[in-house]
Amino acid sequence: MSTGVFIAGAGAITAIGNNIAECISALEKEQAGMGEICYLETMHRNKIPVAEVKLNNEELCALSGLPLHTSRTALLSSIAAKEALQDAGIENISSLRTGFISANTVGGMDKTEKFFSNFLDDLTKGRLREVVNHECGYTTELVADLLGIDHYVSTISTACSSSANAIFFAARLIKQDMLDVVIAGGTDALTKFTLNGFNTLMILDREYCKPFDNNRMGLNLGEGAGYLVLVSDRVAGSLKKQLYGKLSGYHNANDAYHQTASSPDGTGSFLAMTGALARSGLQPSDIDYINLHGTGTQNNDLAEGTAISRVFAAPYPMMSSTKSFTGHTLGASGGIEAVLSVLSIKHGMVYPNLRFKTPMAELGFVPQTSFLKGRPIKHVLSNSFGFGGNCSSLIFSKL
Amino acid sequence: MSMKIYIQSAAAISPQKTFGQVPFLTEPVTYSGNRLQVVEPDYKNLIDAKLLRRMSRIIKMGVSTATACLQEAGENDPGAIVTGTAYGCLEDTGVFLTETIQRNEELPPPTAFIQSTHNTVGAQIALMLKCHHYNNTFVHNGFSFESALLDSVMLLKEKEAHNVLAGSADELTDNSYTILSRLGLYKRNPFSNIDLFSSRSKGTIAGEGSAFFLLTGEQKPGAYAELCGMTTFYKPKSKIEVEQRIISFLAEHSIGVNDIDLIVTGKNGDARQDLIYEQLGQTIFSGKQTIHFKDLCGEYPTASSFALWLAANILKTGSVPAVTGYKGSTENKLKRILVYNHYQHSYHSLLLVSAVE
Repeated sequence: MSTGVFIAGAGAITAIGNNIAECISALEKEQAGMGEICYLETMHRNKIPVAEVKLNNEELCALSGLPLHTSRTALLSSIAAKEALQDAGIENISSLRTGFISANTVGGMDKTEKFFSNFLDDLTKGRLREVVNHECGYTTELVADLLGIDHYVSTISTACSSSANAIFFAARLIKQDMLDVVIAGGTDALTKFTLNGFNTLMILDREYCKPFDNNRMGLNLGEGAGYLVLVSDRVAGSLKKQLYGKLSGYHNANDAYHQTASSPDGTGSFLAMTGALARSGLQPSDIDYINLHGTGTQNNDLAEGTAISRVFAAPYPMMSSTKSFTGHTLGASGGIEAVLSVLSIKHGMVYPNLRFKTPMAELGFVPQTSFLKGRPIKHVLSNSFGFGGNCSSLIFSKL
Repeated sequence: MSMKIYIQSAAAISPQKTFGQVPFLTEPVTYSGNRLQVVEPDYKNLIDAKLLRRMSRIIKMGVSTATACLQEAGENDPGAIVTGTAYGCLEDTGVFLTETIQRNEELPPPTAFIQSTHNTVGAQIALMLKCHHYNNTFVHNGFSFESALLDSVMLLKEKEAHNVLAGSADELTDNSYTILSRLGLYKRNPFSNIDLFSSRSKGTIAGEGSAFFLLTGEQKPGAYAELCGMTTFYKPKSKIEVEQRIISFLAEHSIGVNDIDLIVTGKNGDARQDLIYEQLGQTIFSGKQTIHFKDLCGEYPTASSFALWLAANILKTGSVPAVTGYKGSTENKLKRILVYNHYQHSYHSLLLVSAVE
């Protein structure tokens, strides 16, 4: 049994940067990643803003090493996972029990969409190459094969909490002494399927989103990937680099209220946060920063905010939704936000919740609105909630 | 100290009559084509009619199987719900994708989108039970069910849950059948499932289904079997590696092949994919009583859950259904069953189950 689970590496690609250094720079300059749609082929171009990764598929392929016909979901995943693995600086990865646990919500849907428009006209048409990697698991596997990881590979899909659950499952595999090293997180590319799905639900803001603002109008979809390299205490002890910290708490609960809506009192979020705190042995007052799920929808922010008021008391920890930079990256969000959480600890950073103006009438607290650096950040709580009531919270702590 | 895990209850909706109070595979359902579809129960008895109208086939199938599994064990608040599905909610995904394309992205109706997420089955079970506990969904191709099972066993060992509802659901739709046929998965000519193992040709037969199990860490009356162990291995490089994996898995449980009373393999009728089972039949499994199950449920990425249902029922009833072609005696009660399955050469899994004392 490993006594703890340590964070040795991190990697991310989002609308605000193709790697961690670029993401930090954009956060510091308060540059959001939203804009008009450039790469996704859709009728909604110039109508709905999204947060796209600022590279086309050819450029992503050049960074990734995967062939051009690969799903954008896998391309994004491979770039962030490689960065995380390199960052960890583990020399003898093949001699360790290494796993890759990734999450996503729509797998190779970007390619399936192309296939399907031909297939619908004629069932014998459509290039099979475009649909053969449709399943979520293949996105993970293409990257695992690229990284040379075969000891344990798995994929989780619990909507927008997917990659928090991947990190959490990875940590448990290390604690149970089944694995030594796990690259864990998630990925999702923008697709017509998800853009139209959220559009029909009437929860997309036509402007840049305003999480936790009283006048919030919905979310902006984003895309990207984020991974952490989790290691056992034994591996952690062998590394020469400074670790980011440890995963000290995690909890998964179900809201069991509605397929898509959160309960008004935020039952699921409340249980996830209190469960993670209990596991970490920390008090609510120990949390220095909360990376909110904070999608910007009426429903999420009220449920999450209400749950936070139930768990925490004034003086509230600093908090912000980095979805105000990256958009809501769905299956990738928990991974990307876990990366931002460990960076917060490493550099003492707190990120601003962009475009916040008016406090929510129901809440007695407001999010952080300016970028801070060099703060003593010891414990960060990261929330991820999704369709199907799936709520998960992670707590990262300084060593 | 290692902990014992028991299968307290089990339920399956499959292309055979497996659901509800039915005899154990005594009346096999035969199919003349290469597509097996689940025998659907009257869902009205299991799910509220209002909910039922909106549910796609996989949701009905998964939720009903889970409900029956819990009812059998008299449990209405399982400590966790863990689901495996390779394809997820394909029908709803296909409907929303079709609407999006055909309406040229002009507001396709949202219901199918809402229900298309891969965690819908697990979420609907939680919603019906108002179960706030741990809830997770694994979507890793031919390891989806095995991943769910591993998570469940870990939850019990970690004492995170007093019991876990673990299962799988996968549906075959007209579109997925057409696409998988074009990819060459299935036999080209109409082929009866009862003759599956008699031809040495390319391709298998398509299947689907759902199976759920209530796993517990303590032995209670009525338990089907003990789940002694499980493991997976991804893309083994040779037959030798597969043999070594099996031998060392058994060794971890302090037994050898001779201690196994029955082997259940994932033979699916595809000559190339079946080669490994035949080779093992000549080497480490030589002389062992062996049965197969994919002639009953068809091939699909979570078919190993049907095999676990079959093995658990064999151990509970002490009988092996004649339809499996079992030739051994059941005078001495079967004690240990090893399930060895692989899906498309890549996903190999071993499940070891034994009779409860």
